[in-house]
Amino acid sequence: MPFDYYLNIAASGLLTGLVYGLAALGLSVIFGVVRVVNFAHGEMMVAGMYGAVLLAGLLGLDPILAAPIVAAVLFAFGWVLQRGLVNRFVERPEHMQFILLLGIATIILNAMLMLFGPDSRNVMVPYSFDTVEIGPLLLDAVRLRAGAGAIVVTVALFAFFRFSRTGKAIRACADNPLGARVVGLNIDRLYALTFGIGAAVVGIAGALMTLLVDSRPQLAPEYTLLSFIIVIVGGLGSLPGALLGGMLIGFSEAMAGFLLDPSLKSLFSYGVLIVVLLLRPQGLLGKRS
Amino acid sequence: MTGRGIVLLALCGALLLAAPMVADRYVLSVLTTVLWFAYVGQAWNVMMGFSGLLSLGHALYVGLGAYASAALFVHFGIGPWAGMWVAMLAATAAGCFIGFLGFRFGVRGVHFALLTIAFAEVARIGFDHLQWFGGSGGFFIPVAGDAGNDLLNLRGSPELFYYVILALVLAALALSRVLLHSRLGYQWLAVREEPEAAEAVGVDLFRARIAAVAVSSALTALGGVFQAFYFNNLFPEQVFSMGRSIEIILPAIVGGIGTLIGPILGAFILTPLGELLTFLIEATGFDLPGLKQLFYGVALVVIVVYRPDGVWPWLADRLGLVRRRGEDA
Repeated sequence: MPFDYYLNIAASGLLTGLVYGLAALGLSVIFGVVRVVNFAHGEMMVAGMYGAVLLAGLLGLDPILAAPIVAAVLFAFGWVLQRGLVNRFVERPEHMQFILLLGIATIILNAMLMLFGPDSRNVMVPYSFDTVEIGPLLLDAVRLRAGAGAIVVTVALFAFFRFSRTGKAIRACADNPLGARVVGLNIDRLYALTFGIGAAVVGIAGALMTLLVDSRPQLAPEYTLLSFIIVIVGGLGSLPGALLGGMLIGFSEAMAGFLLDPSLKSLFSYGVLIVVLLLRPQGLLGKRS
Repeated sequence: MTGRGIVLLALCGALLLAAPMVADRYVLSVLTTVLWFAYVGQAWNVMMGFSGLLSLGHALYVGLGAYASAALFVHFGIGPWAGMWVAMLAATAAGCFIGFLGFRFGVRGVHFALLTIAFAEVARIGFDHLQWFGGSGGFFIPVAGDAGNDLLNLRGSPELFYYVILALVLAALALSRVLLHSRLGYQWLAVREEPEAAEAVGVDLFRARIAAVAVSSALTALGGVFQAFYFNNLFPEQVFSMGRSIEIILPAIVGGIGTLIGPILGAFILTPLGELLTFLIEATGFDLPGLKQLFYGVALVVIVVYRPDGVWPWLADRLGLVRRRGEDA
């Protein structure tokens, strides 16, 4: 087997991993600030996928152009969800938050099942079958664009948290909610904003994902688990960690699917998770608590 | 528990004992399902309710118990009463291994829950590829036909299975009650409420937690043995699924985590609710895939928002079944 072959598999795995990483980033942002594990994350991602599918079907919109619209809708949804329901669970025990979001996840998933049916739907773009040659690599145009989109959104998110006043306020909330309240920050508003941002980010990841896979409601629980694995592997609350974890999982999935059996690929992700939990429970780039 | 509570409990017990005499096949099958969920919910409650360890992968122990006992029966002709010990051993070994990994390395809360999911998923994918256990095509126990009731091999009529699961529920209830009032039980509660303080007064956190996992996984495995012989078929995709793990924990959460009656009450609320929804959907002819689950989701949200401690503590308080909240519940 030529070496180029492996290189190609690795590169396409890493590109898919970037989109996974973006999805996990949304989860990480929500958990890092609101301290609630969003168990409906995969459901929101698949909602983003169907958003892109609908926009492509109705307006012929490219998923990359549909992404901002999807993001806006999911932002509003996340905001309302936090304000209306999740906010009163912030101080409650973990298992109650979990059960609340599980209920919400069930509602979203089955609403999608009722609206769109169980069959998979795909988005056709003019460059669906194009490939791009970079040195020894032969990459799918769709994968390259999805990966590039994920990088752009990630950079924008980093910039927002580092430089904008609101971003700094949100980080202050994450570091010390009480202190943030003392200096006059409106915590409830910032929590709602954060949940909205997390939902928007995962929505964009979903829209980009339609370039790579067909949309099915059944994908949702898989993506929820995948996002969890990535966040834990990368380190809870660490944004670069989520991206790194996503690439690692994308890479290991691609390799396992190629070398062993595609049905074993998620086994590898769980293997990575178990090893990381044992050797470095705080995650690759996480801080020790 | 007050006198009124004891009378009511005894009345419910008597009703359940007499149920097969009046109930038809359908009602009996629903009751059997209810009792099964009550039983595994009780088993899960030992971990979450008593010791504060959130397990989201209890389908793993159900599955290991089911597959171990079914394989022994089909391949070697070893009956369930002998096989169940192997089943319990297998599940306890898996539980202790996960617990060992988790508690040793300080994996807590959400992380521990994820570790349990991860192992259940690994088992699901693994059993999909294990041909000795039938692989993804499923594993089947031959149906006995109408050879009459054979308690020794757990083959027979729905009534037989009903009484077996009823006995399991009562035994699990009694065991939970005994455990909760034992030295170990008080250690669990201390570990659940305030681990640091418990450690300071000399409770061995690691041992107490491992004990909780061991008891819970062994009890859950018995539920798996029952499932294997009741349904006669096992598919990794169903047995080990994340959805199954969630179904297992719902009764305890709805009924009241950490209470003795909670998981049983929760099962009696959830399963009939599901049946009622199926009936309504069929009766109105308004059948869309996912409608039933949608209602389930709404019910979950409503319960956790309005009755966060579960239905039982509230109901017991209202009807004057217990002396004080939290005591002897």
